[in-house]
This record gives sequence, structure tokens and C-alpha cells, in this order.
Amino acid sequence: MLKNILSPDFVNAILRASTPILFATLASGIAAKAGITNMALEGMLLFASLFGVIFSSLTHSFLGGLLITMAIGGLIGFVLAFFVLQLKTDEILAAIAINLIATGGTVLLLLAVSGDRGASTSISSVSAPVIALPFIEGIPFIGAVLSGQNLMTWLALIAVVVCNVFLYKTPMGLKIRAVGENKNAAESVGISSKRIQYIALVLSGVLCSMGGYFLSGGYMNMFTKDMSAGKGFIALAASSMGADTPIGGFLVTMLFGIAQALGNLMQLTTIPTELIQMIPYLTTLIGLAVYSYTVMKRRNRLGAH
Amino acid sequence: MAKETVLEMQHIMKIYSNGVVANEDVSLELKKGEIHALLGENGAGKSTLMKVLFGIESPDQGKILLNGKETTIRSPQDAIAKGIGMVHQHFMLLPSLTVAENIILGVEPRKSKLFIDMKQAIRSAKEIADKYNFDIDVTAKVEEIPVGIKQKVEILKALYRGADILILDEPTAVLTPQETEELFVQLEKLRDNGHTVIFISHKLDEIKRICDRATIMRNGKSMGTYSVNEISTNDMSKLMVGREVVLSFEKQAPTLQGVMLEVKHLNAYNTQGVQKIRDLSFEVQGGEILGIAGVEGNGQTELVDAITGLSRKYSGEILLKGTDIRRESIKAIREQKLAHIPEDRMASGCAAHLNIQENMFANQYTDARYSGKFMLRSRAIQSRCDELIREYLVKCKSQKQEVGMLSGGNIQKVIVAREFSTGPDVIIANQPTRGIDVGATEFIRRKLLEFRDAGCAVILVSADLNEIFSLSDRLAVMYKGNFSGIFTDVAHVTEEELGQYMLGLKNDFANGGVSHE
Ligand SMILES: Nc1ncnc2c1ncn2[C@@H]1O[C@H](COP(=O)(O)OP(=O)(O)OP(=O)(O)O)[C@@H](O)[C@H]1O
Ligand SMILES: [Mg+2]
Repeated sequence: MLKNILSPDFVNAILRASTPILFATLASGIAAKAGITNMALEGMLLFASLFGVIFSSLTHSFLGGLLITMAIGGLIGFVLAFFVLQLKTDEILAAIAINLIATGGTVLLLLAVSGDRGASTSISSVSAPVIALPFIEGIPFIGAVLSGQNLMTWLALIAVVVCNVFLYKTPMGLKIRAVGENKNAAESVGISSKRIQYIALVLSGVLCSMGGYFLSGGYMNMFTKDMSAGKGFIALAASSMGADTPIGGFLVTMLFGIAQALGNLMQLTTIPTELIQMIPYLTTLIGLAVYSYTVMKRRNRLGAH
Repeated sequence: MAKETVLEMQHIMKIYSNGVVANEDVSLELKKGEIHALLGENGAGKSTLMKVLFGIESPDQGKILLNGKETTIRSPQDAIAKGIGMVHQHFMLLPSLTVAENIILGVEPRKSKLFIDMKQAIRSAKEIADKYNFDIDVTAKVEEIPVGIKQKVEILKALYRGADILILDEPTAVLTPQETEELFVQLEKLRDNGHTVIFISHKLDEIKRICDRATIMRNGKSMGTYSVNEISTNDMSKLMVGREVVLSFEKQAPTLQGVMLEVKHLNAYNTQGVQKIRDLSFEVQGGEILGIAGVEGNGQTELVDAITGLSRKYSGEILLKGTDIRRESIKAIREQKLAHIPEDRMASGCAAHLNIQENMFANQYTDARYSGKFMLRSRAIQSRCDELIREYLVKCKSQKQEVGMLSGGNIQKVIVAREFSTGPDVIIANQPTRGIDVGATEFIRRKLLEFRDAGCAVILVSADLNEIFSLSDRLAVMYKGNFSGIFTDVAHVTEEELGQYMLGLKNDFANGGVSHE
């Protein structure tokens, strides 16, 4: 077991397991910084994983599939924003609606497109390419980790940096944080909080859909029913544990990735798989408990009555 | 001087969606380079009129003329673009950002189109602060700076956006006399630079001191514009309230009724764990008002929090009617008939989203008169609530109205009504008349005296020296966590003398000694 953990394969497994969650975590962070809890991540992931398969197959191209999926992700973000900001629906209720529609809707669409109910085996989709790095490949351990990663994994890591720069170095990022912290204050200097929140939710949808694309075009090579399997909720937890910052979210996501990869390893042992499959969710639960405890402690220390 | 008119608001009418007519027919005319006061009781519609001018609310009738041309102001953005800036009644700052970031928010300087040029931002923030002689560290986080500086940041924000017309909605309500004086010097400079300032305040002496003209509002209507040096403060308050207001009181000599509250060797700490009170001992008797003056931040907040049970971060003893309250719950302390008017009405005074009735009964919902075994007695509550609204002159549409929708001063009245309605034996009043109009101020002060005459022990913490002087039977000055002076002969203390004690230039107990009464 220990030998397994120290192998490059294990690091690869962590990165693979973290990639979709990382996208969703960043998505959650941007929405949260604008003052909105995006609980629709789960549905967004699921939709994107189906659309990724469908559109990469239709366009016969990875890039075409990805771009269309991202556009649809943005659209779902827009719809969520429309309900929350325009029609003043409760953000949690609107998100639950999207999640429910995703669960049923993806199965229905799959049936209509392929005739299958459970998986998209009959659709020939195009997965995201694996990137081989010619010279680095040869270096022991590092080569095996750096080379041969899926393109989406690299994009996820780049997205962490981009989100960080976006939120903390650009005017739009500043506006997003301002609106999230105090809407009235932002409006008093002429920022339209509605516009900013629309933008944040659309971006959130775009980012999240990239994670969804990876699920069915990288992690696996097809869409299966309910394949998001709670990753959206895990991301929500990861983001808030990381104080909704891109770097914080990244670190927590890696922690979850480790747990997931460990779980995968344990499947080789005699421990019942049902127990092992609980690991990511259990980690989330424990993580959230620890997180709330520290927040509570901090609040007590500050003495808020 | 015939100065040119820069802005006119004519016959403005504003009805809120819940049917409240906040402005009925208000006209306002501003001249270039004047400080123009806007006066009126709580709920008269001052903030509403300013929100109309700043594009937050749209008027239902009336027009706005800017430099003689009719315009509509659709949004704050629009107002800012037209050279109007507003400092709101409650702070509109982002605590987690720096002063510079707050100043440039929405109009960020950029480098290579995409990014904020933070260096430039800090430079321009410094420049504008220097230009108007504001001494501010622009790289400090807003959550770490005191209220006086926050107020200045708010003004700089408006100036940075090129405001020619500056609206200040009760800027001095949270300032100490010293900070107020500093602000005035800067406002005068602005006026001399050709800016027009609209200044809202309930303190008539401030208006006398700094304003050129005053427009007086009553019940959503304007009662005319007057040149400030041609109208007396008495006439001003008469126009506002519709009757004579007396802010000096005939006080009987106190009849002391024995110790109600005793503080022994109190050491208290603030929320960050910094010691704010050092070995403080005093007592208050029934039938007297102990006034506590002092520059904000010298331990007043911590003292009040300790006595009312809100904070347990102290050592020493606090005896309420002889029993130590350290282990008592806040509910138990209140059952000892202690009432508390907190200093920050929005943070700890009320639940903004609950209605007036629910707020007024938040401290009495277990009282058998208002609550059965399982259900509240709504009829009893309603009629009592009506009584209180009438008695305390709360201006509202109905008792089911959300407290957050009331005007600032009326929120304060709801809180005062709640605290006084239980018939307290000990009252801790922390800035009880902050942001309250003259009429209601008179009323609350009179009430405090009534309670004192009925044998109640009152601690009055106030930044308003007039209030302290006119009410206190004994007057203590707090400086760095202890009393620097205690005066029993309040009538013979001068403001200058008090100021010296407040700044620590004089200190009767400097050697850590205890009161020598
Ligand atoms: N958002 C709102 N919705 C409904 N009614 C409101 C709203 N804001 C204010 N009002 C009502 O409009 C009236 C005028 O309020 P406004 O805030 O303009 O008074 P003000 O003169 O600024 O008083 P104060 O001195 O207490 O600040 C009040 O009766 C208040 O209850
Ligand atoms: Mg007001």
C-alpha cells in the first residue's frame, strides 16, 4: 500500500480525482464572492457532462464540444441569475430546481439522442487530449507526473491562477468582491450589483461546465446517469472551507483529491466497496465540521455576542 | 452676495411602495459655494429627499434643475456623473478593503487595460487626501480605522468622483466634538473651493456654526429656506416641530435611595482581548443620574457591555441590587429590572426585518400579561403597542411595519420605548438621543429625569456634552479605562475643563488611586 502511495500513479490519481471538483470549487468561489451561494453546481456538472459527449460527437472535435458546453454552462448560470435576481426566487430553491431538472433532464435527453437510459456508450464522443511533454517525460517520478496529464487538468490548474488574478487584480474582480461584501455600499458608488452578480453567475456556470466536460471526456469516456455523484456539493464545501478564495479552494480540493485517491487504492483491499465509496463524502463532512468549529472559535475570540 | 444657483429641486413628491408619503411637496434651491442645512424631525423626509437627488429613489412628481437645465437622475451612477456625491446616514464602506480601494471602487485606474493599477490608486488617493488636507493612511484597512476617519473616507470617496455638490446625511452623529470640529474646518475649505454642501444634522448649534442657509422640513413638506444668521435656534425648532422646544430642564435636587449598582475593581477587555478598563470602582444610587463623558474608545463600550451582561470578559465585581451578576444570564439581569439602550441601534438595538410590534415586545414576550402558556396574547400586545407608539411619537404607518424601513430616529424611538416600557430600576443609556430630532430628544431626556425622580438609577453615556451637562447629577469623565475626574457640582464645570479631563491633560486619579468622595 505504502509503495502505491509513493508512486507517480497515486499523484496522477489525485489530480484526476480533483480536476472536476477544482473547476466547480472555483465556480463556487466566484459566485460566493459576489454574495450568491451557487448550489446548482451539481446540476451544472451533470448537464455539462452530457452536453460534452453530445457536442464533441456532433462537432467531431474536442474543442468544439468544450466551447459549446462552456457556452451552455454560462447559459445555465444566466438562467439561475435570472431567477434569483430578476424574479427574486430564493437562490437555494432555484438551485434545487436546476439540480432536479438536471437529474431527470439528462436521462431524458440521453434517451432521445442515443436510445439508452444509463450510459452514452453508443455515442462516439471525443475526449480531452492527454498532454505528453517530450523532454520532461524522461525525468523519473516528475516526468511521470507532469507528462501524460489530461489537458483539462492543466486547464484547471491554470484556472486557479487566472481566477486569483481576476478576483484580486482586475476592476471586475474588485467589483465582484465589493458587491458580495455589501451590496448597498457598492451601489452607492454607482456599481450595478445586479449586473455584477449576473456576470459572476455566468462565469461560475462556464467554469463549472469545464469540470463537467472532464467527467465524461477525460475521467471517463462516456456519460453515465448521475455521474456528478455529489461532486458539486463537495465543491461547495471545499470552496467555503477555502474561504471562497481560489488558492484556498485549490488546497482543500487537493485534500479531497487525496481522500478520493486513497479510497480508490483501498478498493484493492478487502474492505467493502460501499464503505470505501463513502470516503469523499465523509471527508467533506469532517472537513465541514472542522471548518465550522474554527469559524466558531474565531468568532468567540472576537467576542461577537 | 448674489451667488449663482447650481441646483433646484421643485415640488418633489415621493410615495414609498408601502404608501408612506415621505416627501409631499418639497422644494430646495442650492447656491454655488454654500453650506446648506436640511433640518427636520425624524421621519420628516430628509434622507428620502437626498436619495431622490442621488438617484436612489425616483420621485413621483416634481423636477430637478441642474445649472438651470431640467434633468432626471436615474441612478447613483448618473448622479455621480452629474457631479453629485453623497455620504449616507449609515456607512457605505467595505471593511475588508483598504482606504484606497474604497476610494477608487467603481472608477479604478487601470494598467494595460485589464488590471487595476494599485500603485496609481494609492497615489491618487493620497493626492486627493492631501489636496483637501485630510490626514489619512490610505493603505490601512477600513475595518481597522476609527469612525471619525471613516467619515472622512466617505467624503473623500465623493470628492474623488468629482463631486461639486456634496450631500452629508447626519455626518456628525457618530463623531466626537473634536472630530466634528475637524470636519467643519474641512467643510469650510470645500465651500471656499466652490463646492456646495448639503448638511443634515439634528444639532442646531452645529448648523448655526457652519451653515449659510437652512431649509426646514416638516412632515414631508418644506417650511421655507432661511438665512442661518437671521433665524434663532428657537425659531428653527419651532418650525420643525410646530411648537416650542425646551432643552433645558428644571431639575429637582436628587433624593438618593440607596445603592442600586456597584462596580468594584473592574478590569475589562474588548473583543480583541485588549484591556480597556483598569481597576474601575464606582456606585450609582437610586434617584440619581451618573453622566459619563469621554472621547469614544476610552472604555465606555466595555463598561456598558459588562454591566448589561453582554460581555463576560472582565474581572472584578458588578453588583446589581446587591447580587453579583457575573453568573447571571442576560435574561436574569433584565428581570432585575435593568434596561439598556445600546449605542449601535442597527447592530444590537433592533431586529431590522421584524416589525415594530415584535421589536417592542422582544423583552416581554414571557410576561404573563402578553403571553399565555402556548400562544401570545395578540390583542393585549396590539393595544399596548399602540399606546407606546403614541406615547413615544413613533412615526410609522402601522405597528406591523418593518423596523428597518423606519427613519433612523424613529428606529431609536422604538428601542427607547421598549426599554422604558418595563418600568426599569436601573437604566444604562448609551448615546440615547443619537440621531434623534430636538422634539424627541427633549422627550427622552424628560423621561430619563422622570425615571430618576421615581427612584431609578441612571447611567448616561453620551458624547453630547449638552446632554451630559443638563441631565447629570454627578459627572464622571472616562479616560483610558478609568475615571479621570468625578464632579458632584455639575453646574460649575466648564466645557473647557471637561475637555481637559477628556484628553487626559488633567487627571484627579492619575496615580491609580480610587475615587476620593
Ligand atoms: N425604504 C422605505 N420604505 C418605506 N418607507 C420608508 C422607507 N424609507 C423611509 N421610509 C419612511 O419615509 C419617511 C421619511 O423617512 P426619512 O428616512 O426620509 O426620514 P429622515 O427625515 O431622514 O429622518 P431621520 O432624521 O430619522 O433620519 C419615514 O416615515 C419612513 O418611515
Ligand atoms: Mg435620515
